[in-house]
Amino acid sequence: MAPILIVGSGPAGMSAAIALARRGVRPVVVSDAPHAGGQGFRRLNPQMALDARRIYGAEARKYEALHRDFEAILPQIDYRPATLVWAIYEGKAFILRDGQAGEIAWSGLILAPGATDRIMPVAGWTRPGVFSLGAAQIALKDQGAFIGRKVVFAGSSPLLLLAALQYRTHGARDIAVLDTTPLGAKLRAAPGLRHSPGTALRGLRLMRALKRLGVPVHQGVRLEAIEGADRVSAIRFTAPSGQECRIACDAVALGHGLRAETQLAELADCDFAFDAALRQWLPVADADGRAGERLYLAGDGACIGGADAAIAGGALSAEALLAELGEPGPSARRRRLRGTVARLRRFQRGLAGAFRWPHEEAGRLADTVTVCRCEMVTAGEIRTAVRADLGPAEVNRVKAVTRCGMGRCQGRFCGPALAEITAEASQSPIDAVGRLRAQAPVKPLPLSAADTRS
Amino acid sequence: MTARTTGTLIVGGGLIGAFTAWFLARAGRSVTVLEKGLVGAQSSGANFGNLRLQGRDPRQYPLSLRAQAIWEEIEALTGESCEYDRTGHLYLARDEEELASLHRYAEISRSAGLVVEDLDGPALAARFPYLDRGILAATFSKRDATANPRLATLMVMRAARAHGAGVLEHCEVVAAGHSGAAFEVETRSHGLFRSEHLVNAAGAWGGEIAAQFAEEVPLFSAGPPQFVTEPLPHVIAPSMQRVSGTVIFRQIPRGNVIVAGYPRTASDAQNLRTRVPPHKTLDGMAGLGLLAPMLRTAHVIRVWSGVEGYLPDMIPIIGPSGTQDGLFHGFGCCGHGFQIAPGVGAVLADLIATGRTDTPVEAFHIARYREGVQANEKFAREFDSR
Ligand SMILES: Cc1cc2nc3c(=O)[nH]c(=O)nc-3n(C[C@H](O)[C@H](O)[C@H](O)COP(=O)(O)OP(=O)(O)OC[C@H]3O[C@@H](n4cnc5c(N)ncnc54)[C@H](O)[C@@H]3O)c2cc1C
Ligand SMILES: Cc1cc2nc3c(=O)[nH]c(=O)nc-3n(C[C@H](O)[C@H](O)[C@H](O)COP(=O)(O)OP(=O)(O)OC[C@H]3O[C@@H](n4cnc5c(N)ncnc54)[C@H](O)[C@@H]3O)c2cc1C
Repeated sequence: MAPILIVGSGPAGMSAAIALARRGVRPVVVSDAPHAGGQGFRRLNPQMALDARRIYGAEARKYEALHRDFEAILPQIDYRPATLVWAIYEGKAFILRDGQAGEIAWSGLILAPGATDRIMPVAGWTRPGVFSLGAAQIALKDQGAFIGRKVVFAGSSPLLLLAALQYRTHGARDIAVLDTTPLGAKLRAAPGLRHSPGTALRGLRLMRALKRLGVPVHQGVRLEAIEGADRVSAIRFTAPSGQECRIACDAVALGHGLRAETQLAELADCDFAFDAALRQWLPVADADGRAGERLYLAGDGACIGGADAAIAGGALSAEALLAELGEPGPSARRRRLRGTVARLRRFQRGLAGAFRWPHEEAGRLADTVTVCRCEMVTAGEIRTAVRADLGPAEVNRVKAVTRCGMGRCQGRFCGPALAEITAEASQSPIDAVGRLRAQAPVKPLPLSAADTRS
Repeated sequence: MTARTTGTLIVGGGLIGAFTAWFLARAGRSVTVLEKGLVGAQSSGANFGNLRLQGRDPRQYPLSLRAQAIWEEIEALTGESCEYDRTGHLYLARDEEELASLHRYAEISRSAGLVVEDLDGPALAARFPYLDRGILAATFSKRDATANPRLATLMVMRAARAHGAGVLEHCEVVAAGHSGAAFEVETRSHGLFRSEHLVNAAGAWGGEIAAQFAEEVPLFSAGPPQFVTEPLPHVIAPSMQRVSGTVIFRQIPRGNVIVAGYPRTASDAQNLRTRVPPHKTLDGMAGLGLLAPMLRTAHVIRVWSGVEGYLPDMIPIIGPSGTQDGLFHGFGCCGHGFQIAPGVGAVLADLIATGRTDTPVEAFHIARYREGVQANEKFAREFDSR
């Protein structure tokens, strides 16, 4: 029989693999990352003396346990790192490994492809020296490097504080945090955070630690522009008081929360629904993560939920899949995991209020600001297309006319902003402008891969 | 709700509907287009963009050449760009079978008045040094062109609107009939419409409209697999294809190489879309690498297809209905409707205005299915069960 296939080796995929291995099942685990750990528990470069406790803080033990458990099951799984799943079609995953195309058939599929940063463009955001928040963390965890000497962490995300603290504890003194969510919104969101007091507390601890270490955290600012000639030299913002401020810097880490990676789920035929709290389209799955026949979604790719939800969700999907295949485990375990995932996702939705996606900024973006980096499409071009006679108020049609989202990244970065600008320019609700359709390949595929087909 | 009345109702806001509306409106006639989704979002917006004259069905040349003449002036007439580009078209033969087709197509094309240049191996290598030396011969037609399908239908429909045509989007026709006095067309969301003439320009869905008037046709929907590479330096000027149709490619000024190829894939049950089987993408990639080795390092960034209406004899249905006066068909374009659309629009407008047209279209009459038609030889080759 074909194996169970897990796509992704972040916390969700690792945890699913561990759960299956412990039940004596040998899954195939593929991930385009060269090392397991995903984003949240990214494997620290073992060649550098990076201290997990300094990077992961209170999470370090969890990080170590997950990696230890995963290493322990390696002999019991078929683990294929650095392997991209570029398409899913009729019960098969189409992969690319070492430049060669191949196929994997499955008897059950667990998709755990995680998330990427969500970015709201701001004038100057395409300047060299601007990184996504995730990239700023990857530089540290992979290369033991900072993205600059004076880094400003800007946007709206719990990871903003986390990344800033990680930089600070590694010696970065000249840093600042610009949080675009107003304090009032944070307070209003507080009741929603009761679903995970532990995590909420962690957030407060981050805040306090940054304060103690003297890192300026500006709340409720409005980002105006990232300035510079050849590269970043300053970031300009408006304080809640209305005062215009500028911070000199040579790098900016920009992020406004996360965007679920949902292309594979779409290629696997999942239905989608608009999640108003997270303000994005997500694949529809039941409480176990079941999204179709022998098809499960876990982790951030199912719903932004953070590392704990990913770990619980991965194990849950494995248990549920085994049950569907006729090998149910203890139902109490499944119930408990289900409860954990549901609670953490509720929490995450609360968090989305505390770290707002500043969607209204799309309307304020100057016409000249680039929205699509791959195809160099500006906000003004999108608006012109939408407002033209017979202009489309649907993102795929806006893409067709303007090329926004048509480039190498297939709208991963510009997609959220494209939807907001389209909604604003057409005076439509955000869930009425649709979502960019996913098409294979999920990531670019070299032509030469085809003649090495095995 | 009271019925709205218009001279001509057009079902379908694809390129056929758009050109028909444009010709009618330009002649000062009242016309309304009903489109179930968005204008130009189906085949007309998803196709490859070839305005190919070489190698057409011999019966189609008068229509095709009339269409090309309109393409050649459409941007000047509308004042908008749809990236119309007289790129020329190169047919490539890589084996003996293709060589035979190459000569046969060239002969047909020439007899229709087309200027077709023969290129042998050395001539090809001199003119298109990036092509593989294994290509035996080619024919080049310089009047062939390309345009951007994502822009063309919107451009023509806007021009029709500027001349007074009505265009309703998200307006699906659910029933159509004739009361004896007028056509009565019922929509899902906009109530009832009445008209003197009715045009069926519903593309792959045209069979459903025809069936309302007791005209059954063996229409089915499918689409060729397509993909596009990342942008690369712009060096490939003409649109190119293997005569067999297994690889068709062109490079747009932005630098991306767009690729299509047969066999086509049947659309899924609800006819909402045509998937691209990954193995067909890989076949196309390998096939492209074989023709243009320099592209082997390029990356494919997106695949897509479309929902096109095909008929077993591989020619469209164009002309008056066989059962209902005042009804005109223009659908089922079998994969080559982008090129002929202006011609089809012009012919349908002729028929509506004067009851006749100088462009021979009898071969495309819907009544041919009463007798049952022979499947085209391309039919078996260009489709598969997957
Ligand atoms: C940039 C970034 C930084 C983050 N930093 C932290 C942090 O420091 N601490 C924290 O607690 N949380 C962090 N998070 C939150 C994070 O969402 C969760 O902690 C957790 O990592 C989610 O786990 P996951 O397994 O769902 O996804 P991920 O950890 O994102 O893992 C997804 C995996 O799937 C693989 N994959 C994706 N698509 C494909 C494909 N098509 N083919 C093959 N493989 C594929 C990826 O390579 C990756 O290995 C971060 C998130 C992001 C996006
Ligand atoms: C992938 C692909 C590549 C192609 N490449 C080429 C090429 O290179 N060159 C070429 O010449 N041709 C090509 N073609 C063919 C060409 O695209 C079509 O023949 C042409 O676009 C047909 O136009 P149309 O207006 O008939 O159809 P469509 O564009 O499909 O328009 C029909 C419209 O009718 C609407 N409709 C249907 N039913 C109803 C209803 N009940 N009520 C209201 N509206 C309705 C539909 O929504 C649709 O918008 C290609 C086709 C595909 C799919």
